Amino acid sequence: MGTAVAATNSVTVLIPTLLRPYIDGRSEVSMSVPDDGDVSALLDGLGEGRPLLDQRIREETGALRRYVNIYVDGEDVRRLDGLGTAVPGGATIMIIQSVAGG
Amino acid sequence: MSAAGTTLLAIGTKKGLWLASSPDRETWTLSEPKFLMEEIPSVGIDTRGGRTRLFAGRMSWHFGPCIAHSDDLGETWTEPREGSIRFGSDDGAALERIWQIQPDAEHRPGVVWAGCQPISVWKSTDHGETFELNRGLWDHPHRGEWGAGFGGAAAHTVLPSPVDETVHVAMSTGGVYRSDDGGTSWQPRNRGISAPFMPDPDPEFGQCVHKVARDAVDPDRLFAQNHHGVYASTDRGDSWQSIAEGLPADFGFVMLSHPRRSGTAWVIPLKADGERIPPDGHLKVHRTDDGGATWEAGDAGLPTAEYNAVLRDAACVDTAEVAGVYFGTRGGAVYASADEGRTFREVARNLPDVLSVRAAVVPA
Repeated sequence: MGTAVAATNSVTVLIPTLLRPYIDGRSEVSMSVPDDGDVSALLDGLGEGRPLLDQRIREETGALRRYVNIYVDGEDVRRLDGLGTAVPGGATIMIIQSVAGG
Repeated sequence: MSAAGTTLLAIGTKKGLWLASSPDRETWTLSEPKFLMEEIPSVGIDTRGGRTRLFAGRMSWHFGPCIAHSDDLGETWTEPREGSIRFGSDDGAALERIWQIQPDAEHRPGVVWAGCQPISVWKSTDHGETFELNRGLWDHPHRGEWGAGFGGAAAHTVLPSPVDETVHVAMSTGGVYRSDDGGTSWQPRNRGISAPFMPDPDPEFGQCVHKVARDAVDPDRLFAQNHHGVYASTDRGDSWQSIAEGLPADFGFVMLSHPRRSGTAWVIPLKADGERIPPDGHLKVHRTDDGGATWEAGDAGLPTAEYNAVLRDAACVDTAEVAGVYFGTRGGAVYASADEGRTFREVARNLPDVLSVRAAVVPA
C-alpha cells in the first residue's frame, strides 16, 4: 500500500510594490498549495527562504500584521476565517497594505 | 572648530531618515530621505574600532519594525536576513518599535544594546547583526505592572557603564532599573523620583522617566528628565535629588550629558504635562555645569516663537573637543550648536516630526 500524497493546486499570489524587493522584484508568484491548504500554509510557502518577506506580512506571533490585508478571490480573509481561510485551487490571493499613516 | 573630519548628523523623522553632514558644524548639507514613509524612532552611530556603522530603527505602519545598518555612511543599508530583533514564538509578543540603539563602551566593541516596545532590552555581541532578548528584564516580576506612556510601553534608555558591568534602563512607564551584573538581574532604582500621576506619588517603580543620561567622568552620577521633575543621582541611582530649581519648567523629554566633562548636562523644558510647548512659546536649551545646582539658558539662533515639542531622542551631543549639541522639533526643524549649546544654527526645516538625532565625527 503506497503512502498517500496530498493533491496540490496552483494558485496565484499578487505581491504589492513595497514588498517586491523581498521577492526578487516579482509582482506575481505562482504557487502550489495542498487541497486542504489555508492562507497560513500559503504564507509559510511564500516565506520559505524569504524570512524578511514573511516578517513584513506576519508578526512573530504568527498574526497577520494589522495594516496588511489578504484577499482570497476578492474576499478579505479577516471577514472569513482569518489565516485559516481555505485557499482553493486556481485562486488569486492578493496581499495589499491597508490605509494607514498620516 | 575642533572637530577633525566630517560631522555626520542622522535625523530620524516620522517619514524617513535624513543625513546631514558638515565640515565645520556651521554649514550643513542635507541628503535625500532614506526609508521614505517609515518612522525612524531611533538612530545610532557606532564609531568604535576605527569604523563607522550607522543604525536605523525603522517602523513601517504596514509592514512592522526592523533594524538596519549601513557601513558606507548611509549610502546602502543592510537588514540581517533573519531579522535582528525578533521575539521567539514562545514569548507571546511581537516587536512594535525600536526606541533606542546604544553602542556599548569602547572596550566592548561588538556590543550594541537596543531598547524596545513592548518594554524589552536586547543585546548584540556581533556589532548589531543579531540581538538577543534580555531575559532578566523580560521575565522580571514587575513586568506585568509596567504601563504605557502616550507613545507606548517602551524601554527608551539603555546606559551600559563604561567601567563595570552596571547597566541602567529607563522605561515609560516603569522608571529606572539597574543591573549590577551585566543584565542578568535588575532592581528598580527610583527613590526620590516622583510619580505625580499615581495614587502613591513615591512608588518603588512605575515612574514615567523620560530620559536618563550618565556623566562621562563619574559613571555613578546620573541625570534624569522625568514626567514632571528633573533629577540627579550621585550614587548610581540608589537615590535621586531634584535639580529642577532654576529651570522654567520641570517637564520635558530631553536629557543630555557632556561627552567628557563632569557635571555638565542639558535639558529642553516644556511648560507642563497638559501644555507641551516651550515655556512662553520660547524655545531654549538649558545647561548646567555644576551638576544641576544652577542652569544657564541658551537660545541664540533659535526662533523667537516655537510651539513644537522636542522629543526624548530628538537631541544629542557629539564627541568633538568643543561638544556639539543637536536637536530637532516636532515641527521638523533641526538645530546644531558648535559651542556646547550657547548658539545654534538651523540644519534643516520643514522635515516631518523629528523623532531621533545622533551625531558623530567621521573621517572626511
